[in-house]
Amino acid sequence: MSEMTLEAPVAGVKDHSPEATIALLKERYPEHISDDARDGYEGIIVHPDKIVEISRDLQSELGYNYLASLTGVDLIDDNKLEIVYHTASIKHGGNPLVLKVQVDRDNPVLPSVTPIWPGAEYQEREAFDMYGFQFEGHPDLRRILTWDGFHGYPLRKDWREPFYEEDNKPFGSRWPGGEVFRAEERNLYGKNVQYPAGWMPEGDEIEAETDSYAGITYSRDQSPDIKTEKVTINMGPQHPSTHGVFRMAITLDGETIMGLKPVMGYLHRNHEKIGERNTFIGNIPYTDRLDYISSMSNNHGYVLAVEKLMDATVPERAEWIRILMVELTRIANHLWAIGFLLNDLGALQTPMLYYYIERELILDFFEAASGSRMMCNYMRFGGVAYDLPDDVRGQPVMKFLHDLIYERLPKALNQGDQLITGNEIVRARGMGVGYLSPEDAIAYSAAGPVLRASGVPYDLRKANPYSYYEHLDFDVAVRYNGDIYDRFLIRVDEMQQSLRILQQVLPHLEETEGGAINDGKPQYAIRMPKAGEAYGRVENPKGELGYYVTAKRRDANPARYHVRSPSFINLTALEKMCIGHKVADVVAILGSIDIVLGEVDR
Amino acid sequence: MYGLGILKGMAVTMKHFVTSYLDDIFWASRGGRYYNDDALAVRQSLEGKGVITVFYPEEKLPVPERFRFVPFLVTDDPPPGQKWGHEWCTSCGICAKVCPPQCIWIERGKQPNGRPKPEPEKFFIDIDICMNCGMCAEFCPFDAIKMDHDYELASYNRTSAHIHDKERLSKPLSYWREIAPKKAAAEAAARDFAEESKKRKKAKKGEDDGREERLAEVMARQLAYKGAQY
Repeated sequence: MSEMTLEAPVAGVKDHSPEATIALLKERYPEHISDDARDGYEGIIVHPDKIVEISRDLQSELGYNYLASLTGVDLIDDNKLEIVYHTASIKHGGNPLVLKVQVDRDNPVLPSVTPIWPGAEYQEREAFDMYGFQFEGHPDLRRILTWDGFHGYPLRKDWREPFYEEDNKPFGSRWPGGEVFRAEERNLYGKNVQYPAGWMPEGDEIEAETDSYAGITYSRDQSPDIKTEKVTINMGPQHPSTHGVFRMAITLDGETIMGLKPVMGYLHRNHEKIGERNTFIGNIPYTDRLDYISSMSNNHGYVLAVEKLMDATVPERAEWIRILMVELTRIANHLWAIGFLLNDLGALQTPMLYYYIERELILDFFEAASGSRMMCNYMRFGGVAYDLPDDVRGQPVMKFLHDLIYERLPKALNQGDQLITGNEIVRARGMGVGYLSPEDAIAYSAAGPVLRASGVPYDLRKANPYSYYEHLDFDVAVRYNGDIYDRFLIRVDEMQQSLRILQQVLPHLEETEGGAINDGKPQYAIRMPKAGEAYGRVENPKGELGYYVTAKRRDANPARYHVRSPSFINLTALEKMCIGHKVADVVAILGSIDIVLGEVDR
Repeated sequence: MYGLGILKGMAVTMKHFVTSYLDDIFWASRGGRYYNDDALAVRQSLEGKGVITVFYPEEKLPVPERFRFVPFLVTDDPPPGQKWGHEWCTSCGICAKVCPPQCIWIERGKQPNGRPKPEPEKFFIDIDICMNCGMCAEFCPFDAIKMDHDYELASYNRTSAHIHDKERLSKPLSYWREIAPKKAAAEAAARDFAEESKKRKKAKKGEDDGREERLAEVMARQLAYKGAQY
């Protein structure tokens, strides 16, 4: 990674903190920037006309070259819609710099930032889909999670879902009246959908299908002498190698990929709307279902965000338990990811099942600790739900963990190394395939192993430390080739680093044995003590997982609940990685990104 | 040498292949490797070697105490000749309020004079909606709703079988003691503790050591449960 390409020199800028950068921006654009003066909010509100210029300044000059998250917010009381940008500095780390743009709710037009950050493409499409923002200059502004004929903008506050009951949980019908009903009985199928006026369902009126292919007919004549025809094919959503219900429309020249557009949303359930209807604590089990391979990390991000809002403190033991759980999750996730990557490369089942033996042990531990293997629902605001169990599979818990961390897992990694790393087929299929340059990785907002395999050593545990990570000794794993093989190797490296962390955590767990695991008395009905916003970000096994939560004072439900899901945003770079490769490589490249559709579609 | 990596990998596979048979031989004189509880316990522990698969449904993994699957209501141990004893539920509605997918419906009981009675008239859980998160059991102040260990709930008819009513949900305390002995004992101890400290408080009447006592109580409960309930 050369310094020059990633980071242009900043003349005279010493302090890279968001505050200093904001002060600098204010000098340059005094007319167009104002502080976000709302109680508990941070960052600046930018005039829509200047957002592109300010973004360019941030990206090229001021070091904030990474767009972590972009999301819409409905400010229905002010009749406004808002876009919130969280930008981060790859080089300097630290807190994100928050920009906001407010537009009229009835005419939400603003310029797109995709020319500066291509990684905004799908996030802007999502904002268009969910709120109806019109991004001028966006290359392909279509719906992304809902279907193309969808009517309405589901995340707006005045939009109601088919089985709508009340705005906020808990619903009044449950207690003390207790009249039991099924949602579908009260609101029959077929009568629970609103159609636009004058709309007659015939079946063929939506040209979405042709539209989705239209964007990918790039012309590139490889051999002008021979007349060839490009073919557009459809891959998925029932393809076994797409890791779920994921679909790609691919334009081919022979076997070579000329263009690729992901089509997603088959698993869309409007997680964010559910989250806004839900109580704060009721969201924790829902986060399990996002990236269901690593539910502990999902819990962690969410409780961090809400703890910021609540100003909750976490006792020492709870922090160590959290790190233990999260790092075990990372290992379990990477074992799974590598297993499936090998599966996609044609090493059917064998490496995957070998890795699963150890993953099973980790899940056994999760089950004993939290009561469930995958849907852990383990963390609470201000701590965790339970202390470590007494025993796991007939062994005292500390002995189990010790054996697992010092013996079984290193052995499994070693075995995997022997099985895969030197394998000529894996090397031939992986090396140089699906290349993503460090510049592109940053521009496309890639996160996690995908970013680090491209030679960008950006890990939130170091860059913007949370929990007790700053007290732990570990390295940020980084690989430089940016191909499939390196994305495999980096996962192995990360597991090694996780083992290092776990080995440091064990003594702390023994030390704090019997300590408090929760900050005071857990409440079932949390009311926010103050209004505000919070962005809780954690280094999920798949990348930066962020929760943007806002609340009004004394409210029991989040006003806005957004998930910055790494799987979804990493897919933005999929086309870039695939162009020029063969169809068989698409499967492997997708496998090397490691997506989970529960998180992509939300 | 080209192909060395593949050979190395094949050696790993070969090792697994051989180990699976060695383990079979080891267990042959000890009651067999499969359909044998002792062998299953070893197979699933850290010492497990070879094939670690469980032959469900002939073999079943023992579930840990904290395992959670669809809640049930705790009742007193039934008097002879009856199926259930007195419901512990006071229909306070906390479970219905905390339930994330809102799958609990409670009709609060009424006394003849119209005032609420601390007992549910009706209690329903739609197990199709229930996400087994265990929040209801976690926040119930009366230990009256607990997570079950019975995970085989498949049925032929979803509309009639999947809304559990009070009758279907009620299970005696002895059942809870059976599936979660440690937790049940700890809960009983915590209840006794609370009862006693209440009595003591009454005896002392207004002396200013309430806070210390409360803290001790919280600590005792946390230690007893190893959880964060209450």
